[in-house]
Amino acid sequence: MQRSLVALLLMAVVLTVLPFLVTPYDLSLMGRFLAVGLVALGLVWAWGYAGILSLGQGIFFGLGGYAIAMHLKLSALSPGELPDFMVWNGIEALPWWWAPFRNPAFAMSMAVLLPATLAFTLGILLFRRRVTGVYFSLITQALALAFSTLLISQQGLTGGFNGLTNFASFLGQSFADPIFQRGLYWATALLVLLAIGSSLALRSTHFGLVLRALREGENRTRFLGYDVALYKAAAFSLAGFLAGLGGALFTLHAGVVSPAFVGVQPSIEFVIWTVLGGKESFFGAVLASLLGGFVRDRVSSLFPDLWLYLVGGLFVLVVLLPALRSTYRKGAKGVQGHGRLPQGRRA
Amino acid sequence: MNDIMGEWAFFANQTFNGLSVASILALVAVGLAMSFGLQRVINMAHGEWLMLGGYMAYLAHQVLPLPLYLLAALPLGFVVGALAALLLEVAVIRHLYGRPLETLLATWGVSLILQQAARNAFGPVGVEVAAPTWLAGTIHLGEISLLGEISLPWVRLFVIGLAAAALMGLAAFLRHTTLGLQLRAVSQNREMAASLGIHTRGVDAVAFALGGGLAGLAGAALALIAPVTPTVGQSYIVDAFLVVILGGVGSLGGAALAALLLGLTSATLQGLTSVSLAKVILLFLVVLFLQLRPRGLLPSRTRALEEV
Amino acid sequence: MAISEVTVKNATLLAIEEINAKGGVLGRKVTPIVEDGASDPAVFAQKAQKLLQQDKVATVFGGWTSASRKAMLPVFERLGGLLWYPVQFEGNECSPNIMYTGAQPNQQILPALEWAWSKGYRRYFLVGSDYVFPRTANLILKKHIESRKGEAVGEEYVPLGGTDFSSVVTKIKASGADIVLNTINGDSNVAFFKQMAASGLPPAKLPVMSFSIAEQEAKAIGPSLLKGSLATWNYFMTLDSPANRRFLQAYQARYGKEAVVTDPMVHGYVGVYLWKAAVEKAGSFDVDKVRKAAVSMGWVETPLGRVRLDVNQSLYQTAYVGELQDNGQFKILWASKEPIKPEPYDPLAFPGKTCKLH
Repeated sequence: MQRSLVALLLMAVVLTVLPFLVTPYDLSLMGRFLAVGLVALGLVWAWGYAGILSLGQGIFFGLGGYAIAMHLKLSALSPGELPDFMVWNGIEALPWWWAPFRNPAFAMSMAVLLPATLAFTLGILLFRRRVTGVYFSLITQALALAFSTLLISQQGLTGGFNGLTNFASFLGQSFADPIFQRGLYWATALLVLLAIGSSLALRSTHFGLVLRALREGENRTRFLGYDVALYKAAAFSLAGFLAGLGGALFTLHAGVVSPAFVGVQPSIEFVIWTVLGGKESFFGAVLASLLGGFVRDRVSSLFPDLWLYLVGGLFVLVVLLPALRSTYRKGAKGVQGHGRLPQGRRA
Repeated sequence: MNDIMGEWAFFANQTFNGLSVASILALVAVGLAMSFGLQRVINMAHGEWLMLGGYMAYLAHQVLPLPLYLLAALPLGFVVGALAALLLEVAVIRHLYGRPLETLLATWGVSLILQQAARNAFGPVGVEVAAPTWLAGTIHLGEISLLGEISLPWVRLFVIGLAAAALMGLAAFLRHTTLGLQLRAVSQNREMAASLGIHTRGVDAVAFALGGGLAGLAGAALALIAPVTPTVGQSYIVDAFLVVILGGVGSLGGAALAALLLGLTSATLQGLTSVSLAKVILLFLVVLFLQLRPRGLLPSRTRALEEV
Repeated sequence: MAISEVTVKNATLLAIEEINAKGGVLGRKVTPIVEDGASDPAVFAQKAQKLLQQDKVATVFGGWTSASRKAMLPVFERLGGLLWYPVQFEGNECSPNIMYTGAQPNQQILPALEWAWSKGYRRYFLVGSDYVFPRTANLILKKHIESRKGEAVGEEYVPLGGTDFSSVVTKIKASGADIVLNTINGDSNVAFFKQMAASGLPPAKLPVMSFSIAEQEAKAIGPSLLKGSLATWNYFMTLDSPANRRFLQAYQARYGKEAVVTDPMVHGYVGVYLWKAAVEKAGSFDVDKVRKAAVSMGWVETPLGRVRLDVNQSLYQTAYVGELQDNGQFKILWASKEPIKPEPYDPLAFPGKTCKLH
């Protein structure tokens, strides 16, 4: 705990002074990748602590992003006016569910509440039916695909494949203002630090303990009288909350939200940062997202073809190396019959 | 389409279309179901065997004279798919047995690498494989049926026939050969099978290669109706996994049944709504179905409390 | 970068090399910096920001999908950059920081409709990939078909990259259409034409007018499958003019004898020359001066034919209808009488909207 606090403090100092050390471009990248870090942080809770591998974080990321983007679109309009893409699609009146997003407080709370509620509902429904492990992963993946397909097909309501973009200002501040950009970065950094800090605190509460227990033995925890489904749904909801927050911040930094953030591929990419950072490390998840983002930016500029090989190789190595290591360690202790599936920790 | 006859013909055609989509899906999903049942691994690179099979058909088409190339392309697709799968099994999967989530991630990486490799080797744009002339044309059932015009393209009939033959071949292999027997044994009780002297790791590898081969075969057949692109596998893999889940994990019959169900439902929904919306509705239906039957259509019975 | 984007890059680089060989622009050599948007709008925005902020480029050529342009637009407006966009698109946009050299709807899809109407086609089936260009193009087409008292007998979309057209083909068959207007993008076209042919509807039997199939795509899809299918563009390789012959010669000398050239590539190439002319007229690289100079230049002879930038920063250009031959080239069947004035907002579909930039 002591060490974590020191690390958190150190991180706070570095993140605070960074705007004075790097170019505006790199600073805007920092903001984006910190936002991605929040999603990875959420996955630490879902996967590292509750043993739920979600391949659908793009859904929650997207919900957060779209909630904010809807507000940004509406706030630029005078009452009665429609967002530009609705006009091109022959929509004549603002859909009722768009209207409340004109209110910034509503939009900001929806950006996190929508994903958190959806994750919780989905979790309760599936975990109660004991749909877990791989089943759950594959279902979330299918849902990510369904959500992005839905967004694309409802062009008049969602902006379709283009997504929502071309925002002028947020809370009265113009995006063109460099001071606002810097403020946005600091706000993002602050939220990330808060998220890590409260995660550290939450870990040592009763809730954190139960999560760890059920990851080690779901049925044993159940037999001790805990409502396992509820705990898992809560952890998944937390992951959804953080992904929504990340999505909202990312959208503010990138100036665009589109179905490209929602589908299968981005959803899996979030997972790799979590794995790379060490499944149970809050700091690791954020640092890996930052590092990965910057490496990608540089590599893709220099060798566009190389990036996919690199990230593909990373997936394989990150998973395979620890597995190989543990196999050899076991090999030294005694020969295991090849008749059994190795009892690795339940993933 | 105001008359009832036209509607009937329309849905008869759609049913046929659904059947042809289902047959490809079944060939892909059976391999997945097999390796998941046996090894508890999730192979995200499975779609890439489909892609490899497609490119093999393309290569065969480039090298051989037209009518004959298909006879070479299908076995070539099978063999290359099987070999690639075997290689992956030995190099990666073997070390991750019993850890489905980890294999999922590692094989996703492999899938990215293979896609980029295909992009570099064959270009990012799809290649076209012309169907041989003896598969051109359609059978018209316009006059025979009283339902209005129904037309069945030969190519689709061929794909359906091929899938049916391959699945029956697989069933015969499992039922009537020693290896097939061993495979079933390992699938039911690995430890017991091992104590009886069955080389379980060998059986795993054979099953994995067989699954890869079937997907490769499906890819070569798919090339007759769709372009071969580096990402063709991606567009099938999510559906194929749904089929596996829907069918009941590890159940080959369940997978085949689920593929049929999914293909037909999808075709009907496409007829009623649009292609995009059909996809969305279908995915939600699957999730809903799993609420009712979390273990799928034909679940394998198990006494284990916790399963991965 | 997808294949089509790579070839546009090649054509753009060729123009830069040619200009450098002749002494550059205002006595300065042009240094190209290439970035890949990886088909992801957020990455396009990110890279655009890098080019403007980090590399401090004079101007940017590129963008492919509408999504990529939409994502880059705010970056260019915020940082005061200038983008030359080479692809045909759905219109409905009017940014002072973008030069739209690709066709506006009234320079591609409406001329195609005009031609089809003149051939006596009255029942139209609209099929496209599920994204913005097809949906907006079809919205405009439907308004115009309606105003001509024709009939749009069906409208179907398939997800981008989708390959299952079975239900679409069945619906087309049932619709009794005279002609299909096709805005399907990329590889999906292979599946579409294959499945049409397999169901007994090759282009020879039911004409298909495509808006995203150029020589490059025809080569990849296989001319045998597409033979007899129609396309409307502002450029075909078969255009017979000295400027086009010179361009083709230069391009094939640089990228190989077999290299094909398409409409967006030529727009990419022409864009560089237009920029050069504008810079020279302005006597400065300053974005504001360049845009003002660009719209006050007169007619220029290019491989596309005679073109000129309108005050709405789009290009006056000629529309051609072509029919695909065995050799993968289009035979030009029809050309608009003169270069068409670009209209970002279709007056029938979006009444009252105008684009005033200068």
